Amino acid sequence: MKPKSENKINISKVMDLTTSYLFILPALVIFLLFGLYPFTQVFWLSVHNWDGIALSKVFVGLRNFIEIFSDGPWWNSMCHAAYIALLALIFQNALALILALLVDKDIRGGNIFRVIFYLPPVLSGIVVGLIWGWIYDGNYGLLNHWLGFLGLEHLARAWLSDPKTSLTCIAVIHMWKGFGWGFVILLAGLQGIPRALYEAAEVDGAGMWQKFVNVTIPMMIPVFVLVMIMTILGTMQIFDIIAATTNGGPGYATEVPVTRILASMQGASRFGYACTQAVVFGVILLIVSLTQLRISKKMKQV
Amino acid sequence: MENRIFRFLSIVVCAVIFFSPTSGCVSKSSQKDSKPALVIWHWMSDREDTLQQIAQQYETETGVKVEFQLFAPSEAYGNKVRASAQTDTLPDIYGILAETRDYASFIKAGFVEDLTPYMEANNALWKKQFFKKALSMDTFVKDNQFDVLPGIYGVPIDVTNIQFLYNKDLFAKAGLDTNKPPRTFEQFKAVAKKLKENNIQGLVSGWGEIWMINCLADNFAWNIMGQDKILATIKGEVPYTDPDWIKVFSLFDEMGKSGLLASGMITMVNKHAEQTFANQRAALAFNGSWCVNVYKGMNPDLNYGVFLPPKISDKYPVVVWGGAGSSFKVNAKSKHKEAAIKFLKWITEKKQQIFLSKETHNLPSNRNALSNLSPHLKQFASAMKNTVHPSQLPNSEYPRVIETMGKGIQLIIIGQQTPEELAQKMQKIKEQEMKRSEKYNKK
Repeated sequence: MKPKSENKINISKVMDLTTSYLFILPALVIFLLFGLYPFTQVFWLSVHNWDGIALSKVFVGLRNFIEIFSDGPWWNSMCHAAYIALLALIFQNALALILALLVDKDIRGGNIFRVIFYLPPVLSGIVVGLIWGWIYDGNYGLLNHWLGFLGLEHLARAWLSDPKTSLTCIAVIHMWKGFGWGFVILLAGLQGIPRALYEAAEVDGAGMWQKFVNVTIPMMIPVFVLVMIMTILGTMQIFDIIAATTNGGPGYATEVPVTRILASMQGASRFGYACTQAVVFGVILLIVSLTQLRISKKMKQV
Repeated sequence: MENRIFRFLSIVVCAVIFFSPTSGCVSKSSQKDSKPALVIWHWMSDREDTLQQIAQQYETETGVKVEFQLFAPSEAYGNKVRASAQTDTLPDIYGILAETRDYASFIKAGFVEDLTPYMEANNALWKKQFFKKALSMDTFVKDNQFDVLPGIYGVPIDVTNIQFLYNKDLFAKAGLDTNKPPRTFEQFKAVAKKLKENNIQGLVSGWGEIWMINCLADNFAWNIMGQDKILATIKGEVPYTDPDWIKVFSLFDEMGKSGLLASGMITMVNKHAEQTFANQRAALAFNGSWCVNVYKGMNPDLNYGVFLPPKISDKYPVVVWGGAGSSFKVNAKSKHKEAAIKFLKWITEKKQQIFLSKETHNLPSNRNALSNLSPHLKQFASAMKNTVHPSQLPNSEYPRVIETMGKGIQLIIIGQQTPEELAQKMQKIKEQEMKRSEKYNKK
C-alpha cells in the first residue's frame, strides 16, 4: 500500500498535467481545425478532379501529378519565381546588409532611417504595384521621363509590357518592397554581436575589412541563413505585385507559381489540379529550405 | 488553498475561451426568427446605396424585408459563394460570377432554382419584358454540353455590351470627322495613322485582363466566320489553324503594327485604361456600357461617342460581345423561394428598372424601361440586338485554350509571335485538352 503523501503527490501531478493540457487545448483545437485539417485536405484534393462546386469529387489517383510534369507554363512560372528569388538573394540582401551596417555605426538620425527603410515592407503589395506601374508607364512614366532627361530616350519603352524587361522590372519592385525585412533582421543580428569581439580584434591590429570578414560574417551566419530562407520563401510566393502590374503578362512572361495556381483554381475551375500544383510547390520549397539549412550547418562547422 | 483556487480559475478561463465561439454560434442560430425575410448577396459596390433604396422601397410597398449584403471585390464574392455552396449556407438570392461550366455545376448541385415555369406563366409575360439577349446567358438550351436540364435559371437586373468609344475633341484635334467614327477596318487603320501623325495616343483597353482581348477576338471571329463555324471549332470539327482563325489573329498583328494601340496596353488593367481615356490621354477605348457611369465620375465633361467594332467581312453581321450584366439566381434550397421570385419580378418591372438605370447609369434589362436614357446609354442600348456571348452557344471552349488565345494575342501585338504560331499552339492545346477530357469521361 502506497503512503498517503505519495498518493497526494500523484493527484497533484495529474491535476497539474490536466491544467496544462487544458491551457493548450484551445490552441490545439484551433491548430487542428484551421491548420492541419486544411493541410490534409489539400493532399486529399490533389488526387481528385473537382471544380470547387460539385458535391462529389472524382478520384483520379496520380493523374494530376503526371499532368503537372508536362505543364510548360507551370515550370516556366517556377523559373520566373526562381529568377526573382536569385536577384533578391543577391541585390536585395546586399542592400539590406549595407544599410544595416551603416545604421549599426550609430550614425546621426539612425532611428529615422530605421523607420524609413522599414516602410516599404508594411505597404500593401497592390499599392506598391500601382505606384511602380506609374513609374514604368510607357507614355507618362517617371522612368522614361528621367531617361529622356539624361539623353537616353532611345532606352524608353513600356517597361512592363516588354517581355525582355517585365520580369526584371517586377523583381526590382519586389526587392524595393522587401529589403526592409532583411534590414531589420540583419541589424538585430549585428547589434547582437558582442562589442568585445571587435575591441579584441582592434587590439590585434585588425582593420575594418578584417573585422568584417573575421568577426561580423562568422557571427552573422545564422542570421544570413534565416534571411536567405525568408527571402527565398517570400519571393517564390510573390503574387500581389504581379496582380497589380502585369497580371502574369505579356503572354506568360511574368507568370509565377501562385498566379498559375489561381489560374487553375479560378480560371479553369480545376481545384484538384490547383491543389496538386500547391503540393508540388510546397515540396519544392521544403527541399530548397532543407538544402539551405544543411549548407549553413556545414558553413558553421567550417 | 491558493493553488486550488488558481486551478479552478484556470479551468474556468479555459472553458470560457474554448466554448465561447460555440456559444456564439448557438446564440446566432437562435436569432433565426429576427432574420430578414429575404437575404441577397451582391458584389456591386458602386450600386450599394441604390440597392439599399430599392430594398426600402420594396418593404414599404409589400411589407417584406429585404437585406442586400455587399461582398466586394468580385473575386472575394465569387469565392464566398463557392464556399457557401459547400456548406449549404447560400442566401435566398445570389449571383454567380463564373464561367458557364461553373454555373452549370451550381445548377446540377441543386443550388439554383429553375425559373422557366415563372418566366413562361401568363403567356410568358415576365420573359417577354426582357431584351431577347439578356436571358441567353441564364438559359441552358436542349442538349447542352453540361447536361443541364434546359431552362432559364437567372434573372438579369441589367444588361451590358462592349463597344468602341472615341474622344470627339481629340478626333477634332487630329483633323478627323467627329461625327464619322470608323466603320471598316481600313478606316480604323486610317484613323490610327492620323492620330499617330498628330502625336495622339490611339486605343486603350484592359487587355492585360485577357477576357477583354478575347471579347474583341470573338467579335472579329463572329463577323468573319459566323456562329456555326465557331461552334464547329469548339466541338473540334474545325481546327484553329483554319485560315479564318488566322485572319482573326492577323487583325491584332495589324493593329499592333499600325501603332493604333496605346503603349503598355497588353498589360493594362481596365481601370487604368478607363482613367487614361477619361483624362483625354487616348482617343479610342474598347469598353463596356458600364463605362458611362465610370467616365461620368472621372470626367463629367468628357466629350465622346460610341461605335460598333469595325467591319471585317460582309459575309456575316458585325456583332458586339454582351448580354446580361448583373444577374441574380434564386437558391433552390431557400425557405423563401417564392418570396425571392416575387422580389425579382418586382425589381425587373419597368418602374424599378427606370429607377435603377437612372441612378446607376447602367442599361436596364427590361426593354420597356429605355425612356430617360442618356445619349451614350442609348447608343449602347441600340446595339443590344447585335450582342453575342460565348455562353449562348451549347458548347464552350476549354479554359486552357481560351487562356492561350488571350496570352497569344498579347504576344502577337508586340511581335513576339505570329498569327500562324498562335493558331498551331492553340490547336495543339485543344487536342491535348480533348484527349484529357476523354480520359476523365471514361473514368
